[in-house]
Amino acid sequence: MGRYILKRLGYMVVTLFVIVALTFFTMKLLPGTPYKNQQKLSKEQIALLNHKYGLDLPLPVQFVKYIGNLLKGDLGISFQFDGRSVNEIIGDLLPVSADLGFEALVVGLIVGLILGIIAGVKRNTAWDYITTFIAVIGVSVPSFVLAQLLQYYFAVKHQWLPVAYWDGPAYHVLPVIALAFGPIASIARYMRTSLVDNLNSDYIEMARAKGLSRFTVVFKHAVRNSLIPIVTIVGPMAVGLMTGVLVIENIFAIPGIGDQFVTSVYTNDYPMIMGTTIMFSVAFVVVILIVDILYGVIDPRIRVAGGEH
Amino acid sequence: MENILEIKDLHVSFDTYGGEVQAVRGVNLQLKKGEALAIVGESGSGKSVTSKSIMQLLPKPAGRIKSGEILFEGRDLTKFSEKQMQKIRGSEISMIFQDPMTSLNPTMTIGKQIMEGLRKHQNMSKHDALQRAIELLDLVGIPNPEERVKQYPHQFSGGMRQRVVIAIALACNPKVLIADEPTTALDVTIQAQILDLMRDLQNKMDTSIILITHDLGVVANMAQRVAVMYGGRIVETGTVDEIFYKPKHPYTWGLLSSMPKLHSKNSELLAIPGTPPDLANPPKGCPFAPRCPHAMKVCTEFMPEFTQASDTQQVACWLQDERAPKVEPPETIGVGGAGR
Amino acid sequence: MAISRTDITQDMFEPAVIDVSVQEKIERKSISYWGDAFRRLRQNKAAMVSAVIILFIVIMALIGPLMNKWGIDDQKLTRSNLPPRISALSNIHWLPFDGQENGVDVYKERGIKTDFWFGADKLGRDLWTRTWKGTQISLFIAVVAAAGDLIIGVAYGGISAYFGGQVDNIMQRIVEVLTGIPNLVLIILLIIILEPGITAIILAIAMTGWLGMSRLIRGEVFKLKSMEYVLAARTLGASHSRIITKHMVPNTLSIIIIHTMFSIPGAIFFEAFLSFIGLGIRAPQASLGVLINEGYRMLSLHPYQALFPGLIISLLLICFNIFGDGLRDALDPKLRQ
Repeated sequence: MGRYILKRLGYMVVTLFVIVALTFFTMKLLPGTPYKNQQKLSKEQIALLNHKYGLDLPLPVQFVKYIGNLLKGDLGISFQFDGRSVNEIIGDLLPVSADLGFEALVVGLIVGLILGIIAGVKRNTAWDYITTFIAVIGVSVPSFVLAQLLQYYFAVKHQWLPVAYWDGPAYHVLPVIALAFGPIASIARYMRTSLVDNLNSDYIEMARAKGLSRFTVVFKHAVRNSLIPIVTIVGPMAVGLMTGVLVIENIFAIPGIGDQFVTSVYTNDYPMIMGTTIMFSVAFVVVILIVDILYGVIDPRIRVAGGEH
Repeated sequence: MENILEIKDLHVSFDTYGGEVQAVRGVNLQLKKGEALAIVGESGSGKSVTSKSIMQLLPKPAGRIKSGEILFEGRDLTKFSEKQMQKIRGSEISMIFQDPMTSLNPTMTIGKQIMEGLRKHQNMSKHDALQRAIELLDLVGIPNPEERVKQYPHQFSGGMRQRVVIAIALACNPKVLIADEPTTALDVTIQAQILDLMRDLQNKMDTSIILITHDLGVVANMAQRVAVMYGGRIVETGTVDEIFYKPKHPYTWGLLSSMPKLHSKNSELLAIPGTPPDLANPPKGCPFAPRCPHAMKVCTEFMPEFTQASDTQQVACWLQDERAPKVEPPETIGVGGAGR
Repeated sequence: MAISRTDITQDMFEPAVIDVSVQEKIERKSISYWGDAFRRLRQNKAAMVSAVIILFIVIMALIGPLMNKWGIDDQKLTRSNLPPRISALSNIHWLPFDGQENGVDVYKERGIKTDFWFGADKLGRDLWTRTWKGTQISLFIAVVAAAGDLIIGVAYGGISAYFGGQVDNIMQRIVEVLTGIPNLVLIILLIIILEPGITAIILAIAMTGWLGMSRLIRGEVFKLKSMEYVLAARTLGASHSRIITKHMVPNTLSIIIIHTMFSIPGAIFFEAFLSFIGLGIRAPQASLGVLINEGYRMLSLHPYQALFPGLIISLLLICFNIFGDGLRDALDPKLRQ
C-alpha cells in the first residue's frame, strides 16, 4: 500500500512539472506583450519594462527562475492588477470557487446517490425511467445551457432568486444546482448500474437465502458494495466540475478563479495564467491521488493483503 | 419416518423474450427426515429451479410457480408471504450455492456474515453470536477460528470458503439443507473433504439434505435416495442402490454409461447423443424420447406415467408398460467397472 | 393425468423413427453478429428516435442556410433584435413564432414583411441561417476532431501494443502523465498557441481525446497477439486469419464505433464550451457555442436568441448519448439473445 502511494506521488510530481513547463512555454508563445496600452509605449519603455519583469532573459533562465519561485510558493506578480501578487489574487478568489465546487459536489453526491439507489432498486419501473431520463439530460445538456435556462426562468422571468453575484445563501442556489446537475446525473447512472450488477450477484442470493429482510439485503449488502466503484468516477467528475466552474462563474458573475482565468488569457497576464493553471492542475491531481488512495482504503480486497489464493 | 418436505405436482415457468419457458413440469418429490436425497440431471433439467422454488428464491418477475404445492412440515410454502418466508429461510431451511468465490460478500468479514443470520433468527446478542460463529468455524474444520472470524473472504481458499458457506447455512440448525452443486467448483481432493464434512454434520445435527448435482460420484458418496430429472420432469426415483445397480430408465442408463470408469472394456467416453429439449416448446410426449435409443411411437405422443418398480423405486417410462418389448440395460452402465 | 388404456394401442409400442437431424436443428436460426446487433438496435425505440433526430438536424444543418436568401453576415439595423415569426404559426401564441415580444407585434411596428423564422440578432443578422450554419460548423469540427482522435488513438495504441516491450513501456508512461493533466488545461494551452479558429479547435480536441481510444486499441491488439500465440501453438495454419477476421475485427470495430459515437458529443461540447468563453470560434463566424454566447448576452431581453442554439445543442448531445448507449447495448456480445 505504501509503495502504491509513493508511486502515485511520483507520477503526480512528474505530471505537475510537465504542466508547469507546458504552460510556461505556451505563455511565451503568446503574441503581443502583457502591458496595457502597449501602443502608447515607446520601444525603450517596453525594453525597460521587459527588463523590470525579467522578460528579456533567455527563456530557459526565466523558466528556472520561475520554478525556483514556485517551490518557494511564490507565483509572481500579476501584470493585470498593477503589482498585486498572484498569490494574493488567487487567495481572494480561490475560496469562492472552492466553495461553489464543493457545494455542487455534495449536492451532486447526495441527490445522485439517492436517485441512483431508487432507480436500481425499482428497476424497470416508472421511477427507473424518470431517473434515467434526468440522468441523460444532466449528462448531455451542457452546464452553460442549463445555467442560462435556470437563470432566465427563476431569476429573470419570475424573480424568485437572485440573478448574479455571490453575496449570500440565496445566491448560491442557482449556480450550485446548475453545476451539480452533471454530477447528479453521472453518479445516479453509475450507482444504478453498480447496484443492479450487485443485486444480480450470487452473494445477494445467498443473503436472501439466509432469510434477511429485503431492506438489509439491499442496503447493508448491495448498496455498500455498489459505492466502491463510485469512487472511481469522482476523478473525471472533478474535471467536469472544473469546466463547469468556469462557465457558471461567467454566467452568474461570481468572483472566482474560473472567471479570472478567462480574463487573464484575454489580457495576456502571464503570471496569472500560470498561477491559475497550476492551481487547477494541483487541485485536480491531488483529487485524483486522494481518490486512488480512498479506493484502496474502502475495498478490503486491496487494503488487506490476501492470504492464500 | 414421515416426510419433512413434500413437493406435489410443481409447475414452474419463466416469462422470457422468447415466450414462456416451462422449467419444471409436474414434479413430485418427498424428503424424509434425516435423509439425503440427491436430484440428478443435466443443465437445464430443472433441478436448480426446483430447489429455488422451495425457498421462493426464483428471480422475479420472470419466474413464477404456476401450480403445485410445497409442503414443509405440512405447511404449504407457496402460500407464504415474503415475511413468512424470511423466517423460514436460513433458520428452518438453508441453502448453499455452487460457487464459494461469489457466494460471499467480499467486503464483509466472515464473522459478520455468519452472525447476521444468528442475530436475526435467534435474536442473539453480538457477543453470543460471535462466540457461536467461532464455534461454527471450528465445527466446519477451519483452524484458528478466533482469528479467521475477523477476516475477509478473499483471505480464504476455495475449499475454506465453501466450509464457511456451510457454516453460515447451518448456523441456525436448519431442518433442511439444500445444497446446489456444492462441490462442482472445487478441486477433486477438496470435494471429498467437503462431502465428508457434510455427511458428518448431517449425522451430528440430524439435518435432512437435498443434494443437487450432475456428478454421480457425489451421489454415490452422499445420498440415500436419488431422483433423476430430465426436461423439467422426474424420470426415475429410487434408493441409491436401486439407481446404481437396478436402473430402469434409459436416461439413467445413459447417465451411468457416460461416467468414466477405471476398468472398462471400452476405452472411449460415451455421451448421450442429442441435445436437451427446448422448454419454450416442450414436447408433448416423454422429454427424453428424441434421444432415447428405445423410443417407441407412444413415447412421442403421450407422457409416460409412473410405474412402481419396487416399494422405493418409481420409473416414468413406457418401457415399463406390459405391452412394451423387454429391454435390457446396456453393459456400459456397470458401476466401478464391475459390470452387472 | 391418467390416460385411458384404450387410447394407447399395441402398435404404438413399435419403435419410433426419430430423425436426429431434425432435432439437432436449433429452433431459431442463428444470425450473424452484425445482423443480430442491428436487429437489437432497431428494437431500441429510444435509440431509433434519437438517430432520426440527429439525422434531421444534420440535414437541416446542410440545407437550412440555403433555405432563405440571407447569409450569415447580412446586417441591417432595422432588423435588430427581431423576434422569430413563422406566418403559418403566428396565431399560436404559446409557440415562439408569433413575431411578438411583450405583446407588441414588432414586425408590424417596423414594417417588415418577410418572416424571420428564428428572428434576428442585435446586428440584424438572420438567426435561422446563422443557427444552421453554426450547427454545420460545430458538427464539422466534432466529426473531424473525433476522426482525428480515432486515427491518433488507433495508431498510438496499435504501435504501442504491436511492438510491446520497452517501446510499449515508454509510450504508456507518457500516456499516464498525459492522462494526469486535466483535459481542459491542455486544450486551452493548445488554443492559445494556435490562432483561435476552426483548425485550432479541431487540433486541440483531437490531440487530447486520443488517450481513451489508444488505451482500448492497445488492449485489443494485446488480445490479438496472445490469440496468435495460442493459434501458433496449435498450428492451425490458415484458419489463423479467419479467426482473427471473424472474431477480432468485429470486436475491435464495435469498440471503435462505440467510442467514436461518444467522442462526437464530447467534441461538440468542448467546442461550444470554448466558444462560449471566447476561446473558440470568433465572430462573425458562427458556431453553436458562439451563438449561445451571443444569445446569452441578450438573455433577459430577448431570450429567443439563446433558445434555438441551446435547444439544438441539447438535442444533439442527448440524442448522441442515447444512441451511443443503444449502440453499446446492441453490440455487446454478452447480451446476445
